[in-house]
Amino acid sequence: MVAREDDPTSINDLLEKGLEIDKQALAAPVKNAVDKFKLLPEFLKVRGLVKQHLDSFNYFVGTQIKKVVLANERITSKIDPSIYLRYKDVRIGEPSMIIDGVTEKLTPQKCRLSDITYAAPIYVNIEYITGSHGSKTTQMKRDVIIGRMPIMLRSFSCILYGKDEEELARYGECPLDPGGYFVIKGTEKVLLIQEQLSNNRIIIDADKKGCVQASVTSSTERTKSKTVIKMEKEKISLYLNQFSSKVPIMVVLKAMGMESDQEVVQMIGRDPRYGELLMPSIEDCMKEAVYTQHQALEFLEQKVKKLPYSTPDEEGRALRILQDIFIANIPVRQNNFRPKCIYVAVMMRRMMEAILNKDAMDDKDYVGNKRLELSGQLLSLLFEDLFKTMNDEARKTIDTILAKPSRSSRFDISQFIVKDSITVGLERTLSTGNFDVKRFRMHRKGMTQVVARLSYIGTLGHMTKISPQFEKSRKVSGPRALQPSQWGMLCPCDTPEGESCGLVKNLALMTHVTTDEDEGPLISLCFSLGVEDMELLSGEELHMPNSYLIIMNGLILGKHRRPQSFANVMRKLRRAGKIGEFVSIFVNEKQRCVYIASDGGRVCRPIVIADKGVSRIKEHHMKELRDGVRTFDSFLKEGLIEYLDVNEENNALIALYEDNAKEGTTHIEIEPFTILGVVAGLIPYPHHNQSPRNTYQLCRMDTLIYLLVYPQRPLLTTRTIELVSYDKLGAGQNATVAVMSYSGYDIEDAIVMNKSSLDRGFGRCIVVKKLAAVSQKYENGTSDRIIRPVREGYEAERMQILDDDGLAAPGQIIRPHDIYINKESPIVTRGPVTSPLGLPDSAYKPSRQTYKGSDGETPVVDRVALCSDRNNNLCIKFMIRHTRRPEVGDKFSSRHGQKGVCGTIVQQEDFPFSERGICPDLIMNPHGFPSRMTVGKMIELLGSKAGVSCGRFHYGSAFGEPSGHADKVETISETLVKHGFSYNGKDFIYSGITGEPLQAYIFMGPIYYQKLKHMVLDKMHARGSGPRVMITRQPTEGRSRNGGLRVGEMERDCLIAYGASMLIYERLMISSDPFEVQVCRKCGLLGYYNFKLKTGICSTCKNGENISTMKLPYACKLLFQELQAMNIIPRLKLTEA
Amino acid sequence: MVSESEESLSENEESKAIREPKTPKIPVWDLPDVPKGKLPPHIQLQRTRVFCTSDAPTHTENIQYSGAYASMGVDNSLRLEEFRNNFRVDVIKLSEDDMEFDMIGIDAAIANAFRRILISELPTMAIEKVFMANNTSVVQDEVLAHRLGLIPLKVDPRLFNYMSENDEPNEKNTIVFKLHVRCEKGSSRIKVKSNELKWLPNGSEFILSTEKATSDSTSKPKTYTSFNCSQESLPEFSNDPIAPKHDDIIIAKLGAGQEIELEAHAVKGMGKTHAKWSPVATAWYRMLPEVVLLQEIKGEKAEELVKKCPVNVFDIEDIGRGRKRATVAQPRSCTLCRECIRGDDWDKLVALRRVRDHFIFTIESTGALPPEVLFTEAVKILEDKCERVITELS
Repeated sequence: MVAREDDPTSINDLLEKGLEIDKQALAAPVKNAVDKFKLLPEFLKVRGLVKQHLDSFNYFVGTQIKKVVLANERITSKIDPSIYLRYKDVRIGEPSMIIDGVTEKLTPQKCRLSDITYAAPIYVNIEYITGSHGSKTTQMKRDVIIGRMPIMLRSFSCILYGKDEEELARYGECPLDPGGYFVIKGTEKVLLIQEQLSNNRIIIDADKKGCVQASVTSSTERTKSKTVIKMEKEKISLYLNQFSSKVPIMVVLKAMGMESDQEVVQMIGRDPRYGELLMPSIEDCMKEAVYTQHQALEFLEQKVKKLPYSTPDEEGRALRILQDIFIANIPVRQNNFRPKCIYVAVMMRRMMEAILNKDAMDDKDYVGNKRLELSGQLLSLLFEDLFKTMNDEARKTIDTILAKPSRSSRFDISQFIVKDSITVGLERTLSTGNFDVKRFRMHRKGMTQVVARLSYIGTLGHMTKISPQFEKSRKVSGPRALQPSQWGMLCPCDTPEGESCGLVKNLALMTHVTTDEDEGPLISLCFSLGVEDMELLSGEELHMPNSYLIIMNGLILGKHRRPQSFANVMRKLRRAGKIGEFVSIFVNEKQRCVYIASDGGRVCRPIVIADKGVSRIKEHHMKELRDGVRTFDSFLKEGLIEYLDVNEENNALIALYEDNAKEGTTHIEIEPFTILGVVAGLIPYPHHNQSPRNTYQLCRMDTLIYLLVYPQRPLLTTRTIELVSYDKLGAGQNATVAVMSYSGYDIEDAIVMNKSSLDRGFGRCIVVKKLAAVSQKYENGTSDRIIRPVREGYEAERMQILDDDGLAAPGQIIRPHDIYINKESPIVTRGPVTSPLGLPDSAYKPSRQTYKGSDGETPVVDRVALCSDRNNNLCIKFMIRHTRRPEVGDKFSSRHGQKGVCGTIVQQEDFPFSERGICPDLIMNPHGFPSRMTVGKMIELLGSKAGVSCGRFHYGSAFGEPSGHADKVETISETLVKHGFSYNGKDFIYSGITGEPLQAYIFMGPIYYQKLKHMVLDKMHARGSGPRVMITRQPTEGRSRNGGLRVGEMERDCLIAYGASMLIYERLMISSDPFEVQVCRKCGLLGYYNFKLKTGICSTCKNGENISTMKLPYACKLLFQELQAMNIIPRLKLTEA
Repeated sequence: MVSESEESLSENEESKAIREPKTPKIPVWDLPDVPKGKLPPHIQLQRTRVFCTSDAPTHTENIQYSGAYASMGVDNSLRLEEFRNNFRVDVIKLSEDDMEFDMIGIDAAIANAFRRILISELPTMAIEKVFMANNTSVVQDEVLAHRLGLIPLKVDPRLFNYMSENDEPNEKNTIVFKLHVRCEKGSSRIKVKSNELKWLPNGSEFILSTEKATSDSTSKPKTYTSFNCSQESLPEFSNDPIAPKHDDIIIAKLGAGQEIELEAHAVKGMGKTHAKWSPVATAWYRMLPEVVLLQEIKGEKAEELVKKCPVNVFDIEDIGRGRKRATVAQPRSCTLCRECIRGDDWDKLVALRRVRDHFIFTIESTGALPPEVLFTEAVKILEDKCERVITELS
């Protein structure tokens, strides 16, 4: 091997030899931009996509659950404190299930099929006291199961973890499935990412009245509370739930030991403007005659909310509230309230700053103030609650047993903890999605959703969905608006239309959500880097202009005189891997603070580090990556790349490309298209489209069809498509589209389709439905049975699809009214039966299940699965498939938010054809373009056309032109010309009908089209006569009930205006609910018809003399009777017509 | 080519003449008479050529009306004699499945009629019914059947009858194929290709399910077809067995332990009903391109023009003393990319046209019949149609 000059090893060799090297030339910036794209797939191997779910869950299983258990490790009896139970360790085993005493391993697929939960036992090691009275011994027990934890697929605990394709196939799993969801009772559930305002941080904002307030939502392992300090009518007061009304803040400070007003003023800052703002509050405190700590505490004692069941005069409650609940995130150690005082002072100062200068107000919608709660955190909360509940219950049972005077049996605590409350609680919460954790005052609904399985990309998109904290009804626009700080973290395009628009968001491609990191070492590091401890500072020094506050996860550590160099050192340490890669160091110049964050739920993303505008990543790094010598992690470790969270991004100057990096540039983006999410990445050239079109497209993505018969990968791909392997699981086809008007059946976005294309398989899809049947076991021991079908006789025809086992055979065409399971049920299912298993045939009655489908389709039995359900009954599932070819009215969509229904299907010979004999697959009306402005679609057409001509897939990644991830129109045009097409993509076309050339060149080429799930066959509905509602005798409503088509109020009005009275009469009465009634002319009430006497009789008058027979809508008769039931008598007055 | 340039020259003069008379006003009766019996060149051009300008093709429509040019004393009616003399068919290329020929002196409507008939009205044989005995592959039954249907069969459809609804499948209307492939357990994945489709000249081997009970050993059990004789005994097939046209069309892929057993019945049909019966992959025509240099293009401009065209329509001619002139060498290969008339008044120098009555017809046969036979069949069908119209009218 000849060592190349730019080979780093050879340079080292040269250096060793002491040879002279032009160092400047080596250090000079690389001229051409390095293609950093290869970093993306590497990144996605370790992070991103659904990995945050997995990371979070892994963290929970690995670390958090231990913390939770350790925090609540002891159950001690109140009666006899020496009796206790201690959890020593906790771990989660392999997913398994105990059936009849035998542990059976679970696979996700098995769980899906047999409707059980994919869960693993939670093992604990315990130490406990046995024996009673005198003789007590400590005992240990290992691997006690306290419940079963649902396991996230592909997490560490999942059996699928680290399996290769072949093994996955053996488990019946798709190798491309991302995992990240749970299987609860057979349904796949995702715990949506929850968006929250960040905890333990001071947020300055204005309330409804416009009063400035500083609020902190504190959250610690023990308590959660919200503290609000508000400036109202010039007075500053504290709002805390535990106090019945607002409390003057000065009183609170005094109660915490800050008796001197001067100290308070010093702490807030000696600026006279602050003093002025504080004055009314101080005066207020004087008015209340509160001067000492004791007085203040007494004052507060009165304000404390009286709890209904507490002892009336509990001493020192106010102090306890101040200690434990008031800004609970600031710990009080050894009754030292000083940190809390300083915190309050900082809160007040920030609030006053905001009053003086509105810019200092915090933005609630700023992403840096948000935290994303992932499944791990949510599960941990839930588990903690359930675990505590279980322990409390165990304690109670122990106490009741101990309270009994005489106990005969041997006492064993370990029996009491084995309950399925945890299992049931977890399962219930995950399957309903209703988090109801009273302990943490958390009542949220709809946290879990069934995984969208219409298409692969829909599933992926579902995993990255972020559900909002706000209720959707709020009318403010702020939270819905696109936030500049979302850049690169949350996808700007992907949000639903309608009520939750802007609230539900999606993660961008390279976003990572952090997990909690231990802050202890970080704190000591800060102190050793020159942070002056807050304890040692006087109040005066707190806001000295020459130093910055250091705030660590919302906790004020102290001050630093040289904040910038402190931050630099911290960052250097992070880049060197000495502290966690996700720790963020953010210097806030405006607030004169350095924020250090290591908490979980922050969104961050990797960015390339640049020194004075020169990227640290050089071509040789990328080459090493391509050769497989490097991984993404090595880039991180060597400090070439770092993760920045939203706050730290504010300290960085990030250049989009290397070329436009300037002197002050600190970072360079990896790839611009990563600001989009997974789903938005599928749109080619989205940056050429009108923005809402992209959003519409994303909403449409998840309504793609279930299964396309001949899926293709798009001719015009994007890098994202390759990254998420959408090219392996495509959901559409490249249709040759001619943009022209044709036949008039293409108005309003309708498309005209070529019948031959449909014949050859374009747009063909398979719809799968599931039918289920259960062979029930009854309480008396009898059970349903499935018997051989009758092969002869009148029923044979309905049973012809049955196999000899009495179940429909796979591959059989199933028609409406066909029996798909020949089941019989015992007639007697209750009460004792002599021999429940050997019943005679006569004791069974048939309970066959017949297929109820529309006549329009010919479905086929695809698969038959037998499994046992939760009650151990035999459960039979039939998958019914139906292959559909497109028909008039089916919906199709390109990738640019341009949907359209099939307007007509035309024979190929009538279709126009080009000079090369190319006949389009579909014709699209050009009117779709001007108002939609989807230029991207036109470029897609050009690009695909060039792609098919030259045999290379073209790219259209977002913002990809400068970096070469999107082909430029000019180059595409050149390719087209080279292959004999016009540069503008327009072809000379002959009409298929007349045979003459068309008088225009037609824009023609392939566009990726997708079939949407809205199909005529599912919606088509009409009826003649049919079912009626029992109570009103009017036709039923809705397609599913084969209902009638309503002549509504407006239609009725039209008919009235037109004067078509007989038609109204027919529609509203004859065709609906005519009813013959007997009306008594005398009393005007309804009578009845006596069939024996063959006359109508009035039941009120007790005779049939004045009876008239007339027709009335049955609903009208019903109304009369209901009114009568309410003691209102409607009387009919009849006149001759 | 020479006549071309002359024509273009004369047209140039013409255009000059039209532009000039602005200055002296000449009374309309002093204008020279339009020569009777002959169309002026520009109208003649419009009549016989489609103009492909840079923004849109113009004069695309045929002038059908016989009296369209009556005022100029030109009879536009179609005369059989004239047609007979002028109509010409030149076969350019003929291979087993493809054919390209020129059809000169015919109307677009007629050419189009041939195209339409070729695509949709010529019958072929294609698999219509598939009897699945066993299919454990991943390909669904319907999809498999659909795929089988699209396989072109190499069999002359003229030897078969259409099968109507009440017909029993017999040797005159049905071809039966068998497909039985199994991928043995433990072996690697295999591809099922169209050569696995085995012709059953004696008809179906599957016994009707209703037959089972009554069948006795002596008489032949009743199957899904009722063949009177083996198709093999027919002289047409005795030494040319029926098979799919291509051997290597992938029908399905089988994993270990999977099996497909089926019987496919091919019947006669037309492309109108389903594209699988279309005898052509496609059939189309294009009008003969005509590229005309309106002015003499010399020197650098000529070279630029030559470079512009991606399909080398133009060439350079040496006109002595190192001077170069652009010529139109291969107008036929023009794909109408319109590069040569793009930008900078190039459309004043080059004109792209199509000859209205000269069709370059291409037929790509799927293989059931050779393309030349297909075309003659198409002509026959058109003949039949005309006859039917005539008999209906008379």
